[in-house]
Amino acid sequence: MQEKSLLEMRGIYKSFPGVKALRNVDFTLRGGEIHALMGENGAGKSTLIKVLTGVHIKDSGDIFIKGQNGPVQIHSPQEAQNLGISTVYQEISLCPNLSVAENIFLGRGKSRLVNWRSMNKKAGELLDSLGIAVKPTQQLASCSIAVQQMVAIARAVDMECSVLILDEPTSSLDESEVAKLFKLMRQLKERGVGIIFVTHFLDQVYEVCDSITVLRDGQLVGEYEIEKLPRVQLVSKMLGKELDDMADIKNDIPTFSDKDKSFVYEAEGLCSSEGIKPFNFNIRKGEVNGFTGLLGSGRSECVRAIFGADKVTGGKVKVNGKEVKISKPIDAMKNGIAYLPEDRKRDGIVGDLSVKDNIILALQVKKGFFKPFSKAEAVKFAEEYIKLLDIKTASVNTPIKSLSGGNQQKVILGRWLLTNPEYLILDEPTRGIDVGTKVDIQKLVLKLASEGMSITFISSETDEMLRTCSRLLVMRDRKLVGELTGDELTQNTIMNTIAGGDR
Amino acid sequence: MQKKVGTAEKNSFLSAIIRKQIFIPIAALIILAIFNFIVDPSFFKITLGHNSEGDPVLSGNLISIIDYGSELAILAIGMTLVTAASRGQDISVGAAIAISGSVVLRVLCGTNSHPETLQAPIIAAFLVSCLVAMAFGAFNGALVSVFKIQPMVATLILFTAGRSIAAWINNNELPVVSDRTFTYFGGYIPGIPIPTPFFIAILCFILTWLALKFTNLGLYVQSVGINEKTSRLNGLNPALIKFVTYVILGLCVAVAGFIKVSRLSTINYSVVAKDIEMDAILAVALGGNSLSGGKFNIYASILGAYVIQFLTTTLYKFQVQADALPAYKAVVVIALVILSAPIVREKLAAFFKKLRSPEKAESKA
Repeated sequence: MQEKSLLEMRGIYKSFPGVKALRNVDFTLRGGEIHALMGENGAGKSTLIKVLTGVHIKDSGDIFIKGQNGPVQIHSPQEAQNLGISTVYQEISLCPNLSVAENIFLGRGKSRLVNWRSMNKKAGELLDSLGIAVKPTQQLASCSIAVQQMVAIARAVDMECSVLILDEPTSSLDESEVAKLFKLMRQLKERGVGIIFVTHFLDQVYEVCDSITVLRDGQLVGEYEIEKLPRVQLVSKMLGKELDDMADIKNDIPTFSDKDKSFVYEAEGLCSSEGIKPFNFNIRKGEVNGFTGLLGSGRSECVRAIFGADKVTGGKVKVNGKEVKISKPIDAMKNGIAYLPEDRKRDGIVGDLSVKDNIILALQVKKGFFKPFSKAEAVKFAEEYIKLLDIKTASVNTPIKSLSGGNQQKVILGRWLLTNPEYLILDEPTRGIDVGTKVDIQKLVLKLASEGMSITFISSETDEMLRTCSRLLVMRDRKLVGELTGDELTQNTIMNTIAGGDR
Repeated sequence: MQKKVGTAEKNSFLSAIIRKQIFIPIAALIILAIFNFIVDPSFFKITLGHNSEGDPVLSGNLISIIDYGSELAILAIGMTLVTAASRGQDISVGAAIAISGSVVLRVLCGTNSHPETLQAPIIAAFLVSCLVAMAFGAFNGALVSVFKIQPMVATLILFTAGRSIAAWINNNELPVVSDRTFTYFGGYIPGIPIPTPFFIAILCFILTWLALKFTNLGLYVQSVGINEKTSRLNGLNPALIKFVTYVILGLCVAVAGFIKVSRLSTINYSVVAKDIEMDAILAVALGGNSLSGGKFNIYASILGAYVIQFLTTTLYKFQVQADALPAYKAVVVIALVILSAPIVREKLAAFFKKLRSPEKAESKA
């Protein structure tokens, strides 16, 4: 073990039935550094983290930790915690109905009696020292997600962790919240804590990290100092190929000039129970447009209203020029509309069902209760889309929940493509998935549009929308505030329209 | 070389079986059978005799298992669907059986509780009881799917009130059917030595199989049970699907109730099908189905029902007193449920794998 190291993992192997998740992976974390762990979905990042935190037990390999003689065995999250390894997960695992102070000290009191006053006081001091602006007595659920995350970090820090793992902490934060989180991370770094930072956002890696370890297909690609690894290099290392693909798509600025093409979908004064202001919307055959705006601006609510996913409270809808009523998803599906929802886990997958059943689900429902596909047909459909979308799965019968996030997303995409929709709505199809799959999906969108499908694309990443959409609808505070086409499609105009000042 | 391949296949085959859901009830049946075989091989003896009417009948423990296990197996079908879709159980099936049985007798006997002749055709009585039982199923289903009440709480209403309703249907009298054809359904059809309930059960299994094969019942129910929100976004109506499972369970209740009253030609409101709801839930659990819904295997539940009956018959055979029966049953059930826990099965599968690997090493040498 090297002198400066806090943590060393050597030759880690881990396999699951049918998958070798980690093969001979090394990882080194030094004190006072922020270390990015990068890789595409399915590269083994999560598995490595879970091995380190005792959620999974490694098959072989050694883990060394500063201050411990010889290799340590980590069999449970509790043991990991005792060794000073703390984790803050993407989904916050605190108790929302308890106060901030209670959450910090939960399960750690040595005596059975609780001294509320001293607990609140200690929590207050801790939060102050970390610069987290929240009252210890406040109920956690009433804090913003960012603050909740910081409370989780404060809890970890107070447990005297020397290794802090942040697993996708920024995916639900806005920019100013991310800045606050980074400030906190830098403070901890000063104190000598080693931080492992898992994220999909390249900007953030270059803003805050000192070194990068890249994994691919369960194997170590290498460990790099941040200054010595330019962005393009990093991406190509993660993908394992040169990035002509990305360049391709960037040069291909989408234009849509065919104004004589007919409208596939038109809505007038559409509104739903989710409190969006009535809006007008239309899309032509073969057009790709998108809703943009900050988180919570109502972009998802708009497309949910189009699909009938929320209760539609008013408005006129025409499909192919004919007036129709869409009040629930099945109505939309029968009119050739498909919707890939924003929250994959909650609204997208049927976790315990197989990849095959998940792929055929929508078409099967559309076809009817008394007309089930034969097993052979279902397998044929599933295999077709597994191949078409390059879905990585052990077999068609694997439960979808055991696939990685990006592959789950592809399964759901396959499900909707199978229904052969005229109009496809993609709500954040690229969230939380790796760069390679992102590019795949963007390319697929453009290809489908060129074949005549109309697509509405929503993404938090503006450049992704610029690459795919020929028209952007801008939302602010649940209201449609602008429509941008042609030359207006630049980062600046979008930002200005979002930021507003009523023009 | 070939031999090695053979072992490897066998090894994965064995652990694959252990991971299969239907392994649990099958293993339980085998264990019970072996136990009985060792203790007293005559347990399996089947004799051909004649009943009081002079018709040939088979008798023996195995016959009584397939006979008396029928109602439970039929209920297990509906209970599995309800469990899978609504993530909870219907505890009112015992009381509902009392109601539907009472309806059968009411239709057959009319206002006179001891008529000389039937007042209506048997098929009419059966169909009316089906409608009534499905209506009560619909009542439970509406509470669960529309009003979103927890299944056990919703069905507690009928559980509490059901037996009084059953008594009220017949003005608290105990009608007796004297017609002999009515006894065929819970007993024997002249000339056929196998008990009729078994055939009724088989018919129900075939209907279930057809329903699962020729409709999307299985896919829809599992999808709704696993993720309601996703199901809705894929065009399903989760409330309707849950509702339908309760109506189907109502139909199962009607069939089971019909067999029950046919066995005795009369009814005892407070005793008929007592505690059968718990056995039906247990059958679902023994089949390895999660009681919190989602994926299901109906055939495993059906086997689970027969395991319970096998166990009951075994205990009777050892002259365990009726009062003490539940305690003995509980011990066996604990063992079975632990055996069926996924964590135990994973360990077992790993154990078998280990058991095989030394052999593999030998064959290599």
